[in-house]
Amino acid sequence: MAQFNLPQNSKIEVGKYFKDKTNSKNLKKVNVYRWDPSTGKNPRVDTFEVDMNNCGPKVLDILFKIKNEIDPSLTFRRSCAHGVCGSCAMNIDGVNGLACIKSHTDISGDLNIYPLPHLKVVKDLIGDLTTLYKQYESIQPWLKVDQTGEEKIELKQSQKDREKLDGYYECILCACCSTSCPSYWWNGDKYLGPAVLLQAYRWINDSRDGDKKERLKKVADELKLYRCHTIMNCTNSCPKGLNPAKAIGSIKKMLATS
Amino acid sequence: MENNNPLSPHLQIYRWQISSLLSITHRIVGVVNFFAIILICLWVMLLIFDQSYYSTIFIILDSSFGKFLAISLCWTFSFHILNELRHLFWDAGYGFDLKVARITGILVLFGSFVLTILFYFLGRSIF
Repeated sequence: MAQFNLPQNSKIEVGKYFKDKTNSKNLKKVNVYRWDPSTGKNPRVDTFEVDMNNCGPKVLDILFKIKNEIDPSLTFRRSCAHGVCGSCAMNIDGVNGLACIKSHTDISGDLNIYPLPHLKVVKDLIGDLTTLYKQYESIQPWLKVDQTGEEKIELKQSQKDREKLDGYYECILCACCSTSCPSYWWNGDKYLGPAVLLQAYRWINDSRDGDKKERLKKVADELKLYRCHTIMNCTNSCPKGLNPAKAIGSIKKMLATS
Repeated sequence: MENNNPLSPHLQIYRWQISSLLSITHRIVGVVNFFAIILICLWVMLLIFDQSYYSTIFIILDSSFGKFLAISLCWTFSFHILNELRHLFWDAGYGFDLKVARITGILVLFGSFVLTILFYFLGRSIF
C-alpha cells in the first residue's frame, strides 16, 4: 500500500528567514527546501528575499544569486544552463522542470523550489536517482545487432525510419517525468516510469535494432509497464516538450496488436 | 545499508493538473460505481422476497437524501462512461497530444454534468 504521508524524518519544518539587505523595492520571496545530512535534523524550508532588479530571468539565476550573495551553503546540481544536460531538474512552483530554462517571471507570488518529488534527498535540492539509472540500464539502451563486427558494413537507416525516432531521441533523462508520476511514486521500485519507458520505446522503434521482439517481451509486465494509468503528469512536466505518455501508449498498442 | 535520508515531498507539493485530477476521480468513481451496482442489484433482488421491501427503499430514494444519492450516482456513472471513452481512444493510440488531452478532459468534465441532467430528466419522465 502506498504511503501518502511523508515519513517522520522527512516532515518539513519552518526554516530561516533571510531578509533583504539591498533595500531593493522589487523583491521576490523564494522558498527553498533545505536538508543538511551533517546536522541530523529534519528538512526545512528557508525563505530568501531576492532583489529582482539585479537578477537574470531564469529560476537558475535566482538560485545562483542566493548561493553567491546570501547563503553559499545552498546546494543544487547544474551544468550546461541551457536545457541540454538535465542536471538542474527540480520541482518549481509545484511542477517539475529545468531551473535553467524555466522563467521566474511567469510565476506570480512566492516562488517555491523543492527537489524532484519522492526521492531520497542527498542534500538540499539534490535527489538520489540511483534506482532510475539502474532501471535505465535494465532496458539495455544500446543498439543490438546480429553483426559480429567483422562485416565492416554500416547500418543504414532510411529517412522515414529515422523520423520515427523524432520526439524520443531528444530525451535528456532529467527525470522530470518519472518523478512527477504518482504511479512511480507508489511503485518506483517495480514500475519503470515514463523516462525509462520512453527510452525503451526509442530502442524498440529503431529500425536498425535487431532485438525488437525480445525488448517488447521484456517490458511487457504487469508492474514494469502497465502501472501507467495515463495520468499524463509526465507529458505535462517534460521540459523538452516530449510525450512519454504517448510512448508508453505506443508500447501498449504494439503489445496488444502483435 | 538502509538509506535513512529524508524523502522529498510529493503529493504535498505537486500541483494538480486537469489530467491527474480526472485520473484519480476516475478511480474513485469506479470504486463507487462498483458498490452502487451491487446495491442496485440487491434492491432489485428484494422484489423476490416481497413488494413491501421494494417500496420501503423506494420511499427512501424518494426523500431528498435519496434524490441526492440518485443524482450523485447519475454523475459517477456519466463521468466514468465518458472518461472511459477517453481511455479507449488512448488505447487505440489517439489523443495523447497535450492540448487534445486537456480539451477532452474538460469536455469529459462538462459532459458528465450535462449527461447527469439528461439521465435525471429521462428517469423522471419514465418513472
